[in-house]
Amino acid sequence: MDFKTLYYSWELVAGSGQTLSVEQRVALQTSLVILQKNYKFNRVLFWGKILGLKDDYFIAQGRGEDEMQDKKDLYSLNCMDWFLLPTTTDSMIQEVSIAAKGRFIGDPSHAYEHVEIRREGESDEERVVTKVREESRLAVMIQQIDEEVSVVPRGAFIKSPHGLVQINRSFGGLSDSEAMKLDNYLHFSKPKNLKKRSILEKGDLNPAIDFLDLLSDDIPKGSWSLQRECAGRVCVLRSLFWLGLTSYHVPMTPQHGYIYIGDGTKNLDLPFML
Amino acid sequence: METSNGIQDKSLQAASSLKAFLLKSSTKSNMNVYEHLTRLLMKVMDEQPQNVVDVIEDMSLDVKRAIFEGMQSTLRDLPQITAAVLLAEQQHLLFSRPEDADREEELVETSLPNVSETGFYLEQAGVGLGREEMQRVFLALKQLVESQALMRCRLWGKILGIETSYIIAEAEYREGEEDEEQSTDEEAADEEGRKAETHLTENETDPLPQSTYKPPPVVPKEARGTGANKFVYYVCQDPGLPWVKLPSVTPAQITVARQIRKFFTGRLDSPVVSYPPFPGNEANYLRAQIARISAGTQVSPQGFFQAGEEEGEEEDEAPRDSYEVNTDFEGRPVAEMVESLSFWVHHVQHILKQGRCTWVNLAVRPGEDSNEEGEVEEKEEEPDEPEPEVGPPLLTPLSQDADMFSTPPWSSKMSSTLTSQHAVAVLRSNLWPGAYAYACGKKFENIYIGWGLKYAGEGYSPPVPSLPQKEYPSGPEITEALDPSLEEEQALKDSLEEQQAAQEEMEDTEEGEEEDDD
Repeated sequence: MDFKTLYYSWELVAGSGQTLSVEQRVALQTSLVILQKNYKFNRVLFWGKILGLKDDYFIAQGRGEDEMQDKKDLYSLNCMDWFLLPTTTDSMIQEVSIAAKGRFIGDPSHAYEHVEIRREGESDEERVVTKVREESRLAVMIQQIDEEVSVVPRGAFIKSPHGLVQINRSFGGLSDSEAMKLDNYLHFSKPKNLKKRSILEKGDLNPAIDFLDLLSDDIPKGSWSLQRECAGRVCVLRSLFWLGLTSYHVPMTPQHGYIYIGDGTKNLDLPFML
Repeated sequence: METSNGIQDKSLQAASSLKAFLLKSSTKSNMNVYEHLTRLLMKVMDEQPQNVVDVIEDMSLDVKRAIFEGMQSTLRDLPQITAAVLLAEQQHLLFSRPEDADREEELVETSLPNVSETGFYLEQAGVGLGREEMQRVFLALKQLVESQALMRCRLWGKILGIETSYIIAEAEYREGEEDEEQSTDEEAADEEGRKAETHLTENETDPLPQSTYKPPPVVPKEARGTGANKFVYYVCQDPGLPWVKLPSVTPAQITVARQIRKFFTGRLDSPVVSYPPFPGNEANYLRAQIARISAGTQVSPQGFFQAGEEEGEEEDEAPRDSYEVNTDFEGRPVAEMVESLSFWVHHVQHILKQGRCTWVNLAVRPGEDSNEEGEVEEKEEEPDEPEPEVGPPLLTPLSQDADMFSTPPWSSKMSSTLTSQHAVAVLRSNLWPGAYAYACGKKFENIYIGWGLKYAGEGYSPPVPSLPQKEYPSGPEITEALDPSLEEEQALKDSLEEQQAAQEEMEDTEEGEEEDDD
């Protein structure tokens, strides 16, 4: 969620049980303004918080002109000093998926180690050691969450003919009945399923708005929990894959956003749990 | 001249034909482009917006819309009744003020917890439902306390479900009240069940073969007010909606709940589809999870509670199950509470493997067929001489909690680093994500807000179905033997021949001897 709306959007996502203390909120309001100026971001999102065993990470995301492409993630341990996270590469993602297991510790320089013993023949033993720093694990995890479960209501972003994705200033919000349907929410990441749709379905699409994947196409069905909260005023979407991701939208207003507060692990047990 | 006139005429003709084309009205909307553009340009001149060229499409749409408006004036939208309105009507009752305000003075010692204070501290700890929601929950709890005769009541927490969430209140009855009717109800239900069964068997003239399977003895439920059923729990889905009392938990439910991993749907009567099958519906599952979470995560500063009067310090057979508030408790500095887990103690009894807090010996009563029991009830206990299960006694420090999946069970923190003089000590459970405790001076509170699931390490693997029962006793007379190979057969034949030859030789010699004798 945009940090400028923090002071009122907290109430809307608090139903998941996690909030920030007042001290942290105030600190964020100060430090993120400076961050925006220093890094020359168009806007800054407070992305979430990762609960570590010893310490917690606070994550901010700066957005440039293109909301989808120009993203930079930063982390902080005290809400004041922000550090840029490395950009992810394929090899980094692979290393992290091999080595990083268990909960986050809360120390960016903590090294996860994974030793794999490859046997070739009888006597040849090769020890393959994969070392990953928690910082890179953090970067990979954020990218994964953004790719898999970042949510926007339909129409909140538009794609210009040049391919630039920007906020739709004339987005007035979904209506009350629309807001309770999953197919009015979109993944805010590069579309994967869009081309697979039939021509009949594509006919109704508006190329400026419908350039993203629908949540209702997700596999398995039912990996989202959509409910009304705060006396029925807010539609809250929770991902069951990434427990801790809460997205909100107030129907008939342009207010929407998402936040992740959780332990940073994907819930791979979902098929057993539905 | 003529040619130029001709050109002029031609262009005029072309212009008029184009105008005629533009004036052609659409068969659908009965509008034409010419009038539309005139209106549009008039609108542009009237309003003079910035960067007209970018918004001209929208304006054109507006102009079209303006024409249609008049035609719908006789139709009125029926005001839509949204979910928010329905809920607001329910919640309206929460804000009704009691008519006799004097009555409050009589009830000095109210069982209503101070939720706003709890909410204040929890907010510092970074937990909570939001201020407004907390206030609504507070009012809902007030409603609960007023409608039921409760001795003590506490906001236990919130469990998130897929469709709706549960807000949970923990309550304790005044002694003797409400207790009996409930138990008699249950007994009656049990009896009815039994009657139905006997009817079935009586009516049958040609009974089917009886199964030899004997279910393992059912672990008896703990009585209300003790062990896992010490408190009763009320749930509601949204503040203002009616509170529903949860049934008390049985040991079987707890043992199965430990093996399964399911999300809550948000409907109390929905079935729990799982393997191993869960005995009961979601209300029972919810109650079982509440019991497990309470046993694992309800903690208090050391010294706040002390052992009850009938002290069983020897720690033999009966572990102590009661405690009382230590009136001399002074409170500990927050820094110390954060530093060491040994200043925190569990004040809810550990639930044993059996699914109860106090162990009960099952082998004593039925006695028979103990061998078969052993097969079915694998690891629970040995059939011959059950070893009493003993959990850690009440008020055990948290520092003795075991690590699971190489994760320390608790993380402690101070709520503020800048103003640590007035901070609150916060404890977060890593085994039950969502369970928090805070302590500040003499005050402490526990809350759980989460999905009601335990941390499962790397991936959950569901238990394997048990082996199928044997149909018949396996023995040598019905087991199929392997056919011998040719070589084996040859070898056997050879050895047999040799034997025969030897025997014959023997016989021959014997005969010879006999002959000699003769």
